[in-house]
Amino acid sequence: MSSIAIARGRGFEAKVKADGCAELLRLLREHIRLPVAEVHYHDLNPTDTDDRITSRLRRSQRALQAAVESDEPTGTLFDHPILQLTVNGVQVRIEPDLIAFKLGNQFFVVEIKSFAILDGAADSGKVAAAAQQSAVYVLAMREMLQTAGLDPDMVSDHVVLVCPKDFSNQPVAELLDVRKQLATLKRQLNRMESVESILRLLPPDLTFDLRLDDAGQPTRDPQELATAIFQVTARYSPECLGACELGGVCRSEARGTVAVLGRVVREDLGGVDSIKEAVELATGLREPDAGQRQAAELLRRAYDMREAALGAAR
Amino acid sequence: MSALTSLAKALAVYSMAPQRLTVFRHLYISSTPIVIVPLTLAGETNAPLAAMVGSDRARPNLIVTRQPRERAERLNFAGRLASELLFPIETAAQRTQATSSGPNARVRVVDAPQIWVPNPAGVEFVRTLGRMTRLRQTEGPWAVPKKVRELGIWLTWFAEQAEFADTGALIAATRAVAAVWATGQSDLEDGNLAAQIAWLDPPEGMDVASAVSRAEDPQLCPPAGPATDPTFDRLFLEPALRDLATARTPAAHRAVHQRLTAMLEEQMRPTWELVWTAIGLLADVPEAPRVPKRWEQQRDRFTSFHRYVADGGRPQAKRDNAGRSAHRLAELEQRKAAFEAQRAYDDPLVIADHRLTGEAFSGQVVKVDATRRVPGLRRSVLRPLVLVATGDHIHFDVGQHVYDPARNGQQAVIESVAETEDGWRVALELQNRMGSGQTAKPGSVPALGEDVTYTSVTETFVRRRPWPAREETPWTHGGPAPDSAPAVEDAAEDWS
Ligand code: SF4
Repeated sequence: MSSIAIARGRGFEAKVKADGCAELLRLLREHIRLPVAEVHYHDLNPTDTDDRITSRLRRSQRALQAAVESDEPTGTLFDHPILQLTVNGVQVRIEPDLIAFKLGNQFFVVEIKSFAILDGAADSGKVAAAAQQSAVYVLAMREMLQTAGLDPDMVSDHVVLVCPKDFSNQPVAELLDVRKQLATLKRQLNRMESVESILRLLPPDLTFDLRLDDAGQPTRDPQELATAIFQVTARYSPECLGACELGGVCRSEARGTVAVLGRVVREDLGGVDSIKEAVELATGLREPDAGQRQAAELLRRAYDMREAALGAAR
Repeated sequence: MSALTSLAKALAVYSMAPQRLTVFRHLYISSTPIVIVPLTLAGETNAPLAAMVGSDRARPNLIVTRQPRERAERLNFAGRLASELLFPIETAAQRTQATSSGPNARVRVVDAPQIWVPNPAGVEFVRTLGRMTRLRQTEGPWAVPKKVRELGIWLTWFAEQAEFADTGALIAATRAVAAVWATGQSDLEDGNLAAQIAWLDPPEGMDVASAVSRAEDPQLCPPAGPATDPTFDRLFLEPALRDLATARTPAAHRAVHQRLTAMLEEQMRPTWELVWTAIGLLADVPEAPRVPKRWEQQRDRFTSFHRYVADGGRPQAKRDNAGRSAHRLAELEQRKAAFEAQRAYDDPLVIADHRLTGEAFSGQVVKVDATRRVPGLRRSVLRPLVLVATGDHIHFDVGQHVYDPARNGQQAVIESVAETEDGWRVALELQNRMGSGQTAKPGSVPALGEDVTYTSVTETFVRRRPWPAREETPWTHGGPAPDSAPAVEDAAEDWS
């Protein structure tokens, strides 16, 4: 991401959070129409560089739970809490860049994003990503309440999205319904294979440890690390390129497979894995095996039609 | 996508060479295209940094903002872009001809302007810049020069045109290229103009694979914008902008600005060349027969919109009202269907695609009754019967209408479908395009042994009930929409 964009995003966030989130409160009142009179502001940011994530997590949990138990009518803002989500029995800590807001007996997740809402509409891809991300936070907060024996449904399934308006850096707030994303997320978490069963398929001594030294510099031999990475087969798809830093590595590992061309192409080619094989089935250089008959017939027909059409034009 | 396209991609990887997806080019290409390569400042909503624009590949005009974070400078940028774009628009509008020699002749421009940007994000840039400038007032507080507002109205029009499948007004180069060639990479990677062109036109003496990896290095091939390369931002742009903000004297400011201009030019120039290469490659592909007719319609649209603007037409609203949305949606669908059909009728590869999906079949005429007549309302009518033998799978039902691309969409009704040992036999009754005589016009009925193709894809569409006029928009749809006059509120719109 561009340093210029990051700086601008930070500036925007600072603006929204300035003076104990004064601007944010105005938005909650005026745009979301929440009856907020006064609020407590609870800063859960690290106190210093030594502030460990586990102690921050405990602090966050205590603060959020205390807020539930006291039923003060004033609102409370929690800036930068640490949350935890159970993924396959493993507790994963998340450090979301968010504000949790409690009013009455409801919690709202507030997400500050730096993409603009122009004439009431924003880039649908970015909104979708924000919704997906917020759903994780909603779920994590619910889990925390549940673990503490409190009502998880106190966390609203509508999150507050704060973005710059039009061409300005004036914020606007919109409510975003994340029920669909929550349902998908829960389904994915349920279906996930347990990490142990996946680990059993891998060599026991496999590790991606960078062997950081005291100064935090990696000391592992890059070549050796690469060898380790190649022991796990890539599940590459072109979307990886924008989402994962290993995109280029996995793409070259997947070279020659239909996967590099994308999911749709894969389906169109009848699920044949190798490009060479697909082409040879299409041109008739290769006899299809039993499972490939149907795919091969389609490929042959497509190839013949293609040749005929191109031939007629030549 | 389709099986044929996917196969072409696989063939491209296999042979490490691009593969044709269509036999013809279905896009009109202007002899004087206007190319815009825009760059914006990261993290902002459309803060223009620079643009390279013009119709002469050898002499691009360079516009560089003096300070991308200042509102006045953004409008200044728009003003300079207006000077570049409104001139060719006006020139095109002045050269007109009559549509026919009859009494009902209208006036139509001889040629309409055609704008090229590198990619779909470039189209978005045009749309957003249009939105930013069209609602400004030309008098009172925050007034802008008239040309800035006019630029906004035009950019908005071009961006709206770009949504139509058959458009020739504003073109994203990557999309135009991808319509004709399959490369051996995914659509996502084809979105990088440099990587796409690396397949079609690798540098002298370089093979495709090395050309592609070179194209993916932002240091060697800067991104086609409008977003700049993050590394470039960090190493060059950010320091230059800082210096620009802190320059104390006009001379210091000028020096920094020169540096900024030089580095931005370096970022845009390769993309500028690539867009022209793309235009050149596409121009070399033979044009499909129905392209001129479609371009004529585009010239009509341009002519009438120019008249609207010249008559002091109001800028487009921020958001379409119910009536206009419905109109637009209907037009989008209709033009898409017509374009799809025209492509299929013109192009053997496109029709092959429809054959694979069961929307068309090709075969040989094995029997004809060219003089067959059936009783009509008042007298008997000519309804020849044609029997076609085909190896294609037939998914058509008896009674369904199909059309013959070779006979300008002659309609036929499927009379019967029978499966045989070596394929299918389809009997068709021809319905029209045979002239008004007792017997069919020569050539209007397929001959015995002729290779024929029929498809259910058709250009003719069912016109819906006319939409209510704007004044009659029902209250359920928000009632009549107010005019979208530029408001002071818009002129004072907050910019950072
Ligand atoms: S690029 Fe990343 S996400 Fe994609 S297969 Fe490789 S490791 Fe997995």
